[in-house]
Amino acid sequence: MYRYDHYDQAMVDARVAEFRDQCARRLSGELTEDQFKPLRLMNGLYLQLHAYMLRVAIPYGTLSGAQMRMLAQVARKYDRGYGHFTTRQNIQYNWIKLEDAGTILAELATVEMHAIQTSGNCIRNISSDQYAGAAADEVADPRVWAELIRQWSSFHPEFSYLPRKFKIAVIAANEDRAAMKLHDIGLQVVRNDAGELGCAVYVGGGMGRTPMVGPLIREFVGADALMTYLEACLRVYNRYGRRDNIYKARIKILVHDLGPDEYRRQVEEEFAQLRAAPGGGIDPPAAEWDRIAAHFAPPPFQASFADDEPDLADPDFRVWLSQNVQAHKQPGYAIATISLKPVGGIPGDASAEQMDLIADLAERLSFDEVRVTHAQNLVLPHVPKRELYALWQALDAAGLATSNLDLVSDIIACPGLDYCSLANARSIPVAQRIAERFADMDRQRDLGELKIKISGCINACGHHHAGHIGILGVDRKGVENYQLLLGGSGAEDASLGKITGPGFDEAGIVDAVERTVEAYRRLRADSSERFLDTYRRVGMQPFKEAIYG
Amino acid sequence: MAEQAQSGNDPETGLTSANALRFRADEPTDEPAVTLDSFDAQSNATAVRLEAGDDARALLPYLDRLALVEVDFPTFRDGRGYSAARVLREAGYRGELRAAGDVLVDQLLFMRRCGFDSFAPQSPINPAAAERALHRFPEAYQPAADGAVPIWRLRHG
Ligand code: SF4
Repeated sequence: MYRYDHYDQAMVDARVAEFRDQCARRLSGELTEDQFKPLRLMNGLYLQLHAYMLRVAIPYGTLSGAQMRMLAQVARKYDRGYGHFTTRQNIQYNWIKLEDAGTILAELATVEMHAIQTSGNCIRNISSDQYAGAAADEVADPRVWAELIRQWSSFHPEFSYLPRKFKIAVIAANEDRAAMKLHDIGLQVVRNDAGELGCAVYVGGGMGRTPMVGPLIREFVGADALMTYLEACLRVYNRYGRRDNIYKARIKILVHDLGPDEYRRQVEEEFAQLRAAPGGGIDPPAAEWDRIAAHFAPPPFQASFADDEPDLADPDFRVWLSQNVQAHKQPGYAIATISLKPVGGIPGDASAEQMDLIADLAERLSFDEVRVTHAQNLVLPHVPKRELYALWQALDAAGLATSNLDLVSDIIACPGLDYCSLANARSIPVAQRIAERFADMDRQRDLGELKIKISGCINACGHHHAGHIGILGVDRKGVENYQLLLGGSGAEDASLGKITGPGFDEAGIVDAVERTVEAYRRLRADSSERFLDTYRRVGMQPFKEAIYG
Repeated sequence: MAEQAQSGNDPETGLTSANALRFRADEPTDEPAVTLDSFDAQSNATAVRLEAGDDARALLPYLDRLALVEVDFPTFRDGRGYSAARVLREAGYRGELRAAGDVLVDQLLFMRRCGFDSFAPQSPINPAAAERALHRFPEAYQPAADGAVPIWRLRHG
């Protein structure tokens, strides 16, 4: 994985010093809250319902053991012993004191971590495929591109006061595990006919109040021009994106209002201007691309493990193996997902002790790498098959071996009204009630892949539009109310869910989900047809009848 | 960024203005800046003021004779002026580029990087704080309009 050189370290250290100074000026009263707000937001510090919340960047969701251990330390020393992994592959701490913020960032900087641009109207942390470097279906490791973009976008002088926040995802496989088309810019690394690597560029996707699947703006931009092209995409947005209405300020509205063709034309014009300027654009030389790529070279896999298979004697292990373990491109190795969705737990939460354990396991069994997924789980990407049983035993002892990857209890939920100052309704208890309702593992496995996603307000941090079943918390005359949506997907077949009809109260929404799921069991062609495919085949009506009947 | 901030002369009053920061060796123009609309009509003006929503590219045919372009920041959150500055510098504009309005010390560095070389902030900026802010970061990741050598070039010579 990528390691800082002295330039990277000096930039992060400088940022820590700057932020300490800003915090001191705020604490002394020299800065007003209004002046401090954009500065703390550029450092991931939000003021929430009960305390400050700090969001720490996990670039493209990749962590080392030492970094994970530092996250545990922050949880233990400065929070209440927990951290919350988010749908942006970041981690949030919900109980932070302003006086501690500078020190926390200084400690994070010792393991090459920061909170730079994890909030504010700037280019946010880059997200990517959690199976990068391990998936058999990728054309290249997307993190090379993500790291290049991280550097280009860090402290970007022109794009730090955009109309609104800006999120970029990079994938390199046809299977989309990062909801790429639901980002402000989604990039898919591809090879052109000449065999050169480059990116297909999708612009203007997003969730929130006006969800949109991003249209393809350019089929191919070569590795030597991508940063300049992104600069052009952002400049058109910075100049012409709406600033009069916060709900219409994301780039998806600009692309939609102009139309993809006109937006593309303007970007191409800007791209041409940038390339005509002295220096011929802003892209680094191939040597820089190669330098970063070397950091993502495959780890030293053992060819002699190729024929290994795990011992299948333990039936519980077998269930976990078939549900949470994926094929690896290297024979003899596997990708293991650690579910952070135990029944009754808070989706995405991990305790300091769990984080420490995962750090140890990563160092011992996965070439010192952990990944965070946008579905709020963790991944050990490179586990020798011969170690899988030992891994499962260690996870099981720590309550981390829930075998529910992509099943009905693997629910994405935003913090909601338990923490978030923008929330209309609680998300976490709804996720907990649904997981409890479907706690029976045989029932979950019979239902197969079924992605439930819950947001506590229209901002859609819980990706409810992209859930096979989505739940949106709204405020109905001062009472929490939940709308039900069906048919969304954040994968390569991206689509937006549709509202079923009138909303429900907290108990009612759990019943409505169960009626939906039972209707699916009756309607499915056979047990291999996923919920989403049944919905797409039969449409909304039979579900409506079952729900409201 | 070797130049030192100098306090500027207010063209209207001729007095030194405590609010102004200027990073140019030449004398400031004493012509008042006209709006983009009246600039089109008044072909001999050499100083223009752009509002945040104005298209800086409208000035490209006249860059040679311009001595001052002032770009307004109605609020520090409105970042359109950063792109206006870069558009002008990329097109070869060498005259004074002034950021005016809600310009705060924490935005100075990015403004300098985008090509602004003078500042007329609404509320005074402490020159020592400005110096600190402008030298906070040892390097820059990306090329912009200030000639800073990007880190990738430092890495690869
Ligand atoms: S979706 Fe709404 S309630 Fe949930 S975290 Fe985002 S802003 Fe807060």
